[in-house]
Amino acid sequence: MALINVKTREVQIKIVYYGPGRGGKTTNLEYINKKYRNQIKTEMVSLKTQDDRTLFFDFLPFDVGQIKGFDITIQLYTVPGQVKYNATRKLVLRGVDGIVFVADVQKEQRKKNIESLNQLYENLETYKLDLFKMPLVMQYNKIDLKLTNIPVLSSQTMQKDLNSLLRVPAFEASALKGGNVILTLKKIISTTLASIQDQVF
Amino acid sequence: MFNQNQLDAIDNVIQVNLIEAGLDHVIFMDMAGNTIAKHDNGKSHLDSTAFAALAAGNFAAVDAMAKLVGESEFSLLFHKGEKSSIHFSKVNDDTLLITMFNKDISLGLVRLKVAETIKKVNTILACE
Repeated sequence: MALINVKTREVQIKIVYYGPGRGGKTTNLEYINKKYRNQIKTEMVSLKTQDDRTLFFDFLPFDVGQIKGFDITIQLYTVPGQVKYNATRKLVLRGVDGIVFVADVQKEQRKKNIESLNQLYENLETYKLDLFKMPLVMQYNKIDLKLTNIPVLSSQTMQKDLNSLLRVPAFEASALKGGNVILTLKKIISTTLASIQDQVF
Repeated sequence: MFNQNQLDAIDNVIQVNLIEAGLDHVIFMDMAGNTIAKHDNGKSHLDSTAFAALAAGNFAAVDAMAKLVGESEFSLLFHKGEKSSIHFSKVNDDTLLITMFNKDISLGLVRLKVAETIKKVNTILACE
């Protein structure tokens, strides 16, 4: 739940990038950090393993202006994607307001995408949150691999696997090259803000 | 969500009990990593947004470790540095109080002041 401070007139919103390991969650944040470097006041925080994989989370806060006289700060987090780190993923989800599910379009990752989404549903349940009511955007990442010999899943298959029940906005993206990273971000911010406005203002 | 009176009262308690006692920084925050109130002595800078995110992660990780060893919680944490140290203390199930202090202040005094502050903050939170 977003933190609304009536005294300082600030709203802090937590958006979590969730998805299977090596899917591009951190790369999304790195691209956003690079693109909006001038508007972001603080450094991106990354808790990584020695081989550069997310150990705990990445964290990137930035301001998006005012709504009804309240300064809105968006805090972006990623979770570690590796299966063994589920306890950590659960911790990062505490107080989440919106989620970007970063799925990997590589054919061999198909099962991992589905497992990760199922686990997200279960992890949210531990906080009494319902994935079906959560502001959510799907991102089908690594679409640039279509130009290589690596087999990738079509968007129709991705939609069928992950989004046939949820029916949330979905984007094909290339986090490495920046394709649709910002569009995904804008969509999750607008969806989350709309949901918070409904609840609070 | 806290009302204006509660936030004013919490600010006052932190200022009088902790900052005036000589502590460098104090952050009152929720477990999700959001800052509710922050105070400093005006002498040093701290990126409190990133700090709160890391502090929430740190506290949550230690809390999970407590469960693994059969403890219901480790309600306080202390990190000692050469020049400054950090003290984490749970206020209630949803909030934390983080204090940073330099080597001129003893840990005993900090613990005493923090315990008093937490008691007062909980009293403030109990009055809606």
